Amino acid sequence: MLSVRELTKTFGGLPALQEVSVEFRPGEVHALMGENGAGKSTLMKILAGLQPADGGAIALRGKTVRFASPQDALAHGIAMVHQELMPVPDLDVAENLLLGLEPVNALGWVDRAELHREAAEWLRKLDCVLDTRQPMRRLSVAQGQVVEIAKALARQTDVLLLDEPTAALSDHEVTALFKAIDVLRRRGVAIVYTTHKMDEVFRLADRVTVLRDGRLVRTAAAAELTPDALITHMVGRELAQVFPPVVGVPGEVVLEVAGLTREPAYRNISFSLRRGEVLGLAGLMGAGRTEIAEALFGLRPAHAGEIRLHGRPVRLTSPADALAAGIGMVTEDRKGLGILPAMSVRSNLTLSALDRFGGLAGLDAADEARTADEQIRAFAIKTSGREQPIGQLSGGNQQKVLLARTLLTGPDLVILDEPTRGIDIGAKAEIYALIGRLAADGKAVLLISSELPEVLSLTHRLLVLREGELTAELDPRRATQEEILRHAIPR
Amino acid sequence: MTSNLRSRFDRELVHRFGIVAVLLLISVALAATTDSFATASNLTNVARQVSINGILAVGVTFVLLTGGVDLSLGSVVALSGVVCALNAQPGEHSLWVPIGLGVLTGGACGLVNGLLVTRGGIAPFIVTLGMMTIARGLALILSGGKPVANMSPALTDLAGDLGPVPIPLLCFALVTAAAGLFLARYRLGRHLYAVGGNEQAARAAGISVPRIKLFAYGLCGLLTGLAGVVLAARITTGQPNAGQAYELDAIAAVVIGGTSLSGGVGGVVGTLLGVLLIGIINNGLDLLSVSSYYQAVIKGVIIVGAVWLDRRQARS
Repeated sequence: MLSVRELTKTFGGLPALQEVSVEFRPGEVHALMGENGAGKSTLMKILAGLQPADGGAIALRGKTVRFASPQDALAHGIAMVHQELMPVPDLDVAENLLLGLEPVNALGWVDRAELHREAAEWLRKLDCVLDTRQPMRRLSVAQGQVVEIAKALARQTDVLLLDEPTAALSDHEVTALFKAIDVLRRRGVAIVYTTHKMDEVFRLADRVTVLRDGRLVRTAAAAELTPDALITHMVGRELAQVFPPVVGVPGEVVLEVAGLTREPAYRNISFSLRRGEVLGLAGLMGAGRTEIAEALFGLRPAHAGEIRLHGRPVRLTSPADALAAGIGMVTEDRKGLGILPAMSVRSNLTLSALDRFGGLAGLDAADEARTADEQIRAFAIKTSGREQPIGQLSGGNQQKVLLARTLLTGPDLVILDEPTRGIDIGAKAEIYALIGRLAADGKAVLLISSELPEVLSLTHRLLVLREGELTAELDPRRATQEEILRHAIPR
Repeated sequence: MTSNLRSRFDRELVHRFGIVAVLLLISVALAATTDSFATASNLTNVARQVSINGILAVGVTFVLLTGGVDLSLGSVVALSGVVCALNAQPGEHSLWVPIGLGVLTGGACGLVNGLLVTRGGIAPFIVTLGMMTIARGLALILSGGKPVANMSPALTDLAGDLGPVPIPLLCFALVTAAAGLFLARYRLGRHLYAVGGNEQAARAAGISVPRIKLFAYGLCGLLTGLAGVVLAARITTGQPNAGQAYELDAIAAVVIGGTSLSGGVGGVVGTLLGVLLIGIINNGLDLLSVSSYYQAVIKGVIIVGAVWLDRRQARS
């Protein structure tokens, strides 16, 4: 169907893709794997017509093609669903799905009844039942993705490119998405798929291509690979031990939460957290994990209940309050609530702790630069220098900058919401090690993660949420993933 | 330095260099084609003329950096000028009363803008559009619709020179230097960029977004008040109809200087260059005796063209 030969792409002298040759077949899900910066996204973007290749060739049904733009690629039957979806939020589902393909009557008016009928039909082909009259903005990320896939289907797509479609989905949403992908596969569409999640590859992919540093490492049938082999291919070394051992004995109580409520997100949440302790918060998407963390950080205060820090009740109505009280948080929404993309790594690092460098005479630029360099070294942040705009860094390195920003404020309590989402395995291992160090340094850590191995391996204690209520406190040394899910899945 | 940073740095240089080159080119052309451009009296005249737009542009740079906008500049200039002139009748008050009241009037308008944007949650475009007609109305009410004349010479002298340097230019220079230093070296300055760059992320980083915005609008108002006082001193009256469309020249100067209308990017150095460019274009068209009808068209084309070139450069 679609193949690339010796594809090469360089960015400012740095090779992003070097003589990569792969073949994508109809009716096959082809997973592209690799660490961030391995070249997956670059390959996808070239296939989607977002970037031209510097060398090599793309062949579609045996004919060499060149895509000048995404429209060009679309005309050839190649569609891409982006990591960040780009729907028109105020148009309804049907209008989005058939944007530019609206059925018209004899007068040239849009035939609305026909529009909704057609849209519903495309969705039905993906086993998806959805009110096509609701505005796009009301949909969950997963529903939005299915609409995007239906959109691709409606445009006679032969090749569908999916860039990390499950990064923001919970497990049962992933199942629904996979069902849609399966429908496409049976219809003979070639599907190219990138992900960081190992288990998905083995659930979904027929074949896997691993890239490392812009080079092709291996293309193989998924059945021939094991997770260990895949990791070895991706990082080029054995990751014998990803998780550091949990050490230390928790000390005195730092945080007490009693009866915290904010309907409908969560209700009557009570727990405590000690010095040197890593407390895990597990649950499905929408269980209220992030909302509770946001209440503790003052982003979205609770409506009722009490928060005590070191035994004293505190009122947290803004992140500024929380930071002043010694609470720091790295949010799950790195782009929306984290980085300032146009500003330098330095400015992003020091933003929450500028009072360290300032007096009436202004910021001490030399001191600030020194601190930034120290942090870049301490967190092994890969950057060309402290003045590089943070938007140019990889996700993992942006995350490290945000961790450093939070820690520079010297918090007693650190809240980490999905700290390893969408970052590569190398950076994940570094963040795991950091979590261990934070606890060893006597910080209290609240860890939220959708990846069950993380909460099981990194924490001293584990709370499970279901639909806004605490359902279990587990000992991660004895608990299993099945046990967590039993307490997390709504009945 | 990697290629990434390198190219960004170069682009920045090219951008600045681009404006400077255009500035020099126009100046050389004017000096060659007119007798009067390169004379001391014309250049001090240009300096005097750009000072008012310059003070306004520096002020509105702060607002644009937060991602807001202020359309009330021209009307607030008129209102501040009228307030200043009303209190500058000879022998009534000491010099500082009319100056102070004029500046504070602008500051008050800015604070109201800021409060409506932050507390009221109304879009800056709407808030300042409202302030534009409110301030104009107040200026007409206070002055009875007539120019407020008979200002004390002590005040109108302030539009004169200190040695060889026009005092308005001195004001502009001081304001620009202070603003540049502030944005580059102070916590609040950094916070302004953060709020404009990503408001939600700035809040999550512990910045009080409403306070920063209020500060930006308030400061812009104070500087607008100052511009009003300078203008009143220069034309020796408080003119309720003065300052029409001044906000457009000011915002144009800031945008030509590379400050993003969506906030978070830019600064005072660019604004300074933008102000000079607009000032010299205005002056040149006058000297070449281009009809004011054509002047308006030419200026509009140049403004849009300069920004278009800039965006093209930024994309490449």
